[in-house]
Amino acid sequence: MQRFSGFSLLRRGLSGHRDWQPQWRKAQPKAAYDAVIVGGGGHGLGAAYYLAKEHGLTNVAVLEKGWIGGGNTGRNTTIIRSNYLRDESAALYDHALKMWEGLSQDLNYNVMFSQRGVMMLAHTVHDVQVFKRHVHANRANGVDNEWLTPEEAQAVCPLLQTDDIRYPVRGAAFQRRGGTARHDAVAWGYARGADALGVDIIENCEVTDIRRDGRGAVQALETTRGLIQARKVGVCAAGNTSVILRMAGVRLPLESYPLQALVSEPVKPIFPCVVMSNTIHAYISQSDKGELVIGAGTDAYTSYTQRGGLHVSSHALEAICELFPMFRRMRMLRNWGGIVDVSPDRSPIIARTPVPGLYVNCGWGTGGFKATPGSAHLFAWTIAHDKPHPINAPFTIERFREGRLIDEAAAAAVAH
Amino acid sequence: MSGTFRAPSGGRLDRSRPLHFRFDDRELTGFAGDTLASALLANGVHLLGRSFKYHRPRGVLGAGSEEPNALVTVRRDSARVTPNLRATQVELYDGLEAYSQNRWPSLGLDFGAVSGLLSPFIPAGFYYKTFMWPRQAWRRLYEPKIRAAAGLGRAPEQPDPDTYDNRFAHCDVLVVGAGPAGLAAAAAAAGSGARVILCDEQPEPGGSLLSDPSHSDAVIEGEPLDRWLASTVRMLASHPRVTLLTRTTAFGYFPHNLLGLNQRLSDHLGRPDRSQPRERQWQVRAKEVVLATGAIERPLVFPGNDRPGILLAAAARTYLNRYGALAGARAVLVTACDAAYQAALDLHRAGVSIEAIVDVRAGSADGALPEAARSAGLPIETQSTITGTSGRLRVRAVRVQKLDSSGVPAGPVRRIRCDLVLMSGGLTPSVHLFSQSRGKLAWDESLGAFLPAQAAERVRSAGACRGVFSLSAAVRDGTHAGLSAAQSAGLPVAASMPQLPPPESSAAGTLGVLPQPPGASAGKAFVDWQNDVTSRDLALAAREGFRSIEHVKRYTTTGMATDQGKTSNINALAIVARELDKAMPQVGLTTFRPPYTPVSFGSFAGFARGELFDPVRTTPMHDWAARNGAVFEDVGLWKRARYFPRPGEDMHAAVARECLAVRNHCGIFDGSTLGKIEVMGKDAATFMNRMYVNAWTSLAVGRCRYGILLRDDGFIYDDGVVARTADDRFHVTTTTGGAAGVLALMEDYRQTEWPDLNVWLTSTTEQWAVIAVQGPSARRVLEPLVDGIDISAAAMPHMSVSRGRICGVPMLLMRVSFTGELGFEVNVPADFGLAVWQAIHDAGRQHGITPYGTETMHVLRAEKGYIIIGQDTDGTVTPDDAGLSWTIGKSKPDFVGKRSLQRPAFASPYRKQLVGLLTRDAQHVLEEGAQVVPTRQRAAPEAAIGHVTSSYYSPSLGRSIALALVSAGRSRMGETLYVALPDGDIPVQVASPVFYDPQGSRLNG
Amino acid sequence: MLLIECPYCGVRPELEFVYGGQAHVARPGSPAECSDEQWVEFLYLRENSKGIHAERWRHTHGCGRFFNALRDTTNDHFLATYRVGETPPPAALERAAGPRP
Repeated sequence: MQRFSGFSLLRRGLSGHRDWQPQWRKAQPKAAYDAVIVGGGGHGLGAAYYLAKEHGLTNVAVLEKGWIGGGNTGRNTTIIRSNYLRDESAALYDHALKMWEGLSQDLNYNVMFSQRGVMMLAHTVHDVQVFKRHVHANRANGVDNEWLTPEEAQAVCPLLQTDDIRYPVRGAAFQRRGGTARHDAVAWGYARGADALGVDIIENCEVTDIRRDGRGAVQALETTRGLIQARKVGVCAAGNTSVILRMAGVRLPLESYPLQALVSEPVKPIFPCVVMSNTIHAYISQSDKGELVIGAGTDAYTSYTQRGGLHVSSHALEAICELFPMFRRMRMLRNWGGIVDVSPDRSPIIARTPVPGLYVNCGWGTGGFKATPGSAHLFAWTIAHDKPHPINAPFTIERFREGRLIDEAAAAAVAH
Repeated sequence: MSGTFRAPSGGRLDRSRPLHFRFDDRELTGFAGDTLASALLANGVHLLGRSFKYHRPRGVLGAGSEEPNALVTVRRDSARVTPNLRATQVELYDGLEAYSQNRWPSLGLDFGAVSGLLSPFIPAGFYYKTFMWPRQAWRRLYEPKIRAAAGLGRAPEQPDPDTYDNRFAHCDVLVVGAGPAGLAAAAAAAGSGARVILCDEQPEPGGSLLSDPSHSDAVIEGEPLDRWLASTVRMLASHPRVTLLTRTTAFGYFPHNLLGLNQRLSDHLGRPDRSQPRERQWQVRAKEVVLATGAIERPLVFPGNDRPGILLAAAARTYLNRYGALAGARAVLVTACDAAYQAALDLHRAGVSIEAIVDVRAGSADGALPEAARSAGLPIETQSTITGTSGRLRVRAVRVQKLDSSGVPAGPVRRIRCDLVLMSGGLTPSVHLFSQSRGKLAWDESLGAFLPAQAAERVRSAGACRGVFSLSAAVRDGTHAGLSAAQSAGLPVAASMPQLPPPESSAAGTLGVLPQPPGASAGKAFVDWQNDVTSRDLALAAREGFRSIEHVKRYTTTGMATDQGKTSNINALAIVARELDKAMPQVGLTTFRPPYTPVSFGSFAGFARGELFDPVRTTPMHDWAARNGAVFEDVGLWKRARYFPRPGEDMHAAVARECLAVRNHCGIFDGSTLGKIEVMGKDAATFMNRMYVNAWTSLAVGRCRYGILLRDDGFIYDDGVVARTADDRFHVTTTTGGAAGVLALMEDYRQTEWPDLNVWLTSTTEQWAVIAVQGPSARRVLEPLVDGIDISAAAMPHMSVSRGRICGVPMLLMRVSFTGELGFEVNVPADFGLAVWQAIHDAGRQHGITPYGTETMHVLRAEKGYIIIGQDTDGTVTPDDAGLSWTIGKSKPDFVGKRSLQRPAFASPYRKQLVGLLTRDAQHVLEEGAQVVPTRQRAAPEAAIGHVTSSYYSPSLGRSIALALVSAGRSRMGETLYVALPDGDIPVQVASPVFYDPQGSRLNG
Repeated sequence: MLLIECPYCGVRPELEFVYGGQAHVARPGSPAECSDEQWVEFLYLRENSKGIHAERWRHTHGCGRFFNALRDTTNDHFLATYRVGETPPPAALERAAGPRP
């Protein structure tokens, strides 16, 4: 692997950048692998990378039906935080956050992890109770999260309108270690790293069926690029997970919904952190390029179209303009959609399936990007050991039958 | 120098109306009808901006929405600042103030241009390869520097005072684009009886016709161009079935033929009426859509192609013919198609010296236009290429070289002095909206373009946007599209359908980089002007293994600038295809995404701001509460009175006073926001039995019961008092926030699981005003006002319901209590709520009646251990967890959620259970949400076993009280636990959650 | 914003409706007799079809009634809507099986 550094850029610059090599090979599928990952997003590429790097499994392929990083990895608003309520979730997301902190160096690829801080606004008495509970729970779990008064929130984000709005801001939970990263770089950095360790990254290769042997174990994958034998198959296909798993007769408690995001035209630095409001559905940050990056909510219905309704993105902009009335004159440059796979308790599944040799990493809903390194790391561990790592042990498929939900959504439910 | 480059006549300007404007520090003059760009060109100003990455000097490239370079900030006042506007679209008004961007200290002398010197070391994607060492430097040094260098204009920093409008519309046929094809389509559709909306992004209809000289001898349907245009527009503008919208961009094509239109209403006005909106967003649902969005000229990719003074040929022609602005005095045309010769001819006629026409195509250039140029004496160099340009802030010369028979530059280099270069690589049909609609595009090899193929919506394309370029064919195509759209919309079409013209391959141009001498490195050949992406960047991306066009786009950022690649995408694709040795369609096209051009956030938000952001729900007694000093809180859409402070009181003082008043005398509380559902019908009791956990059959008419509703997953969803008012009738109350959800859940089961039940559900939340009168004096307050009911303890015990009258108004009276005191809830028709409230309040004065709010209600109920859904539960709490097993009807075979309670995790002895906590220090009020741990704070964090759900100072008990969910809590009674806080652990004793009057004797008073 | 045809009221914009999830998921008649597997199937397991999807909508801001719809989740086109208790119209299913319009 060609090392990346300021020096290498300088040296190769003098020769017109003619001797840069491909960041990953254009691999042809082999007849058989020790393990195959289905889905070339950050989670899948990362899983392959850690399988090779930490578990010595290098005869590995990543199959991607389109181009790597083209699904939710390249479509999300790149918010990274770990201040989740439940102990199990906090452990999972903080495992990821710690890995983010060293990811650029580990991959020798600048993923531009920017710890700008993530602020979650409380607009009602109920919000205040919920977010204070988060702050306390996070502290018990060693996860940084602090409570800000409206004045303190404004000091961090001076543009924030806290008063004279429909739902005045009553405070905020603020995780300073949270932030954003460059989503494409995560996919490419993992691809390059995995490729250097021998992993085959195979694009334009869609899985069409899963073959199983007499005892029901995974044997091979039928793909648009031929039959590929593998005894271990890990599926990281986000919105398309249900479709793949059904090929092996596994049904999952997932539904796939459109989720939209949008960016403004780029402007000079004006927005210092990430601001989220669950109550009025707005998420905003500013990218390194200068665009305001804004997340909208999911549409009401399941869909695989990768687009949603105008009213959903409009609603996100209503909320942004309410909190930041100076942005009414900013202009939307691009609006797109992804497909998010949502589980009943809004927590992921990182687990073995009832089919021997078949593993699944899914159900990340709207929050998968932030978990990428941790999810990939734990999924590799699970595939290599054929059992979950203690951190992902609670995130089974069986938890729904048993009633051991890890419910992050319910904590925000409003009543009284 | 005003007007130096203004043609003496011609154009669609009003020369009687000079307009003064300012660009950076210069005072300039233009005419009504100018754009900022045309006025600047007429003043000889070509340097309009600096590029994103290298800060290269840039002038206008185009004349419309495709412009990548000429971005400016327009400032009306300190709040009305709009960055990143295209000078080509900014209409001139008197007093306009515009500023260039991304330069320091000035546009002419920009220190940022030093990055141009570094350009050999900062190719595409360089930032992924560096800035990683030392690790801390990313956050402190590198990232702030990168951010400061990025971005274009500055965002406004004051709230936008302007308003934005929304409108919804329906039509039979929506025509997008009012060029020749669009006008013809709209006329044909309207003539067939269709209701038509025709929109165009320009200030006036006409499209490409506006760029034709007024003396043009071309004809449409036998009429001179300008006559046809004027008469068609007049007809459409006055047609009763046609809505003609100018300055209106169809920016997005959404599912089921919904199109988003952005109409700009006031930005072009010098002194807009501030009472009028700045923009209007239309959401148009069209039966049929005709796209007549035209085509955009492709620039040529050659070294040094980005200097000010290098324009698209068609743009220069537009500046001349439409705006009377001369883009230069000595021009060179570089072209790969015949059509661009028209620009040279028009400029020649206006007195511009055409130094050379460089035709890069093989062959002799013998079409009608080249022949016309030849006979006009213009020097034509066929089979030649352009290998470089010179000039710092304006192009001064080009280098031209002949191509040999294999298409490689050979022979002597000719340097031609000029101040204007016109270029044309051919036309790229604007298929953006068609692609947004999920229609499939097909590559047309002969045309060198992607054309609309298979439609996914009820849409058709007409004219240049589907490769029909010539005027007469485009008009015919438009007529055909308009008629067939009307027909598909169900209208009888009488006119005869013209023949459908085929796309014209004769218009094809060139794609990708112009031929360059082998090994040459004469400078940067730009593909994406705004993002500074060169042909070399694209080659580097291909070399580094980025094979998908989506990867190339993301790695190089080509096509991701504010023009979204309108001029760059196809050239980039061609370059990548060549690098990868693939055919164009195999490399694929990046997805077209909305919006077509950038659209103000404000126009999406529309009216939804402040009070109108979400509807505000208020109770009939709201104004009384406001007059009496209530502090309100938001609960869902409702405004609820939280407490009623008296002068000098803070919330705690007010709440303490209100609490004691209820406990000792009487309080009055507005409970109108509680959800109310009337459940009626023969099977009402059966239905209630199946929905709620409780046993309802045994509830006698005239009695109330506290109900618990689960979801089928077994967790508590809602609660509330249910009154049986008749054998076949229940009055169900819900939480304020849960009202809509409970009704929806009930309707779901009623309609889809048990349609056989004879039961009806009606939301009556807004029908009733609810006045809770609570406290030892409650009966004494109400007695004199009530008619027809005996409300004595014997006649109306706790948890009973009765109908009667109060103050002469019909009333449903429930004897219920959420405070633990003797209490009544007076339900009266909402319209009488305020009057009855006032009457009760007046009558209660002698008994010390005190209005109280939700905060006091919360304290009082917590003293009694009554839960608040969403505060003491969080969607993971079962009835048993909450200590509410007693509510479950034990003999019922089933109710919603029952089966889930038998799942393994629900039998765990470690489930979190609701308990009370008493702090050792009675005055210490715990913080809600604080974590409960079993032992004193340890070095390493230990898992919490629960958390505080409710915590208050109880004025009645004179101490702090708290409710908590604690693992195996009920088995820990009397144990000491700790509440972990940053500044130390607080010891607490586990206690019963009922702190006040555990026997409940006060309820029965 | 989709256009949805309520079988009782006619074509209306999506904003009048609330999505009701997959259609034809019947609640077991005697939940007590269900195994945990059968119960979790009812509670959580859904087809999540990529293609033709039978789903429920409720015309909440109209007649208030639930009804069923067949929608292609790859392009969001509705093939049919029909009333609760009815089976999907065979013609729509045939159209779905054939080439797309």
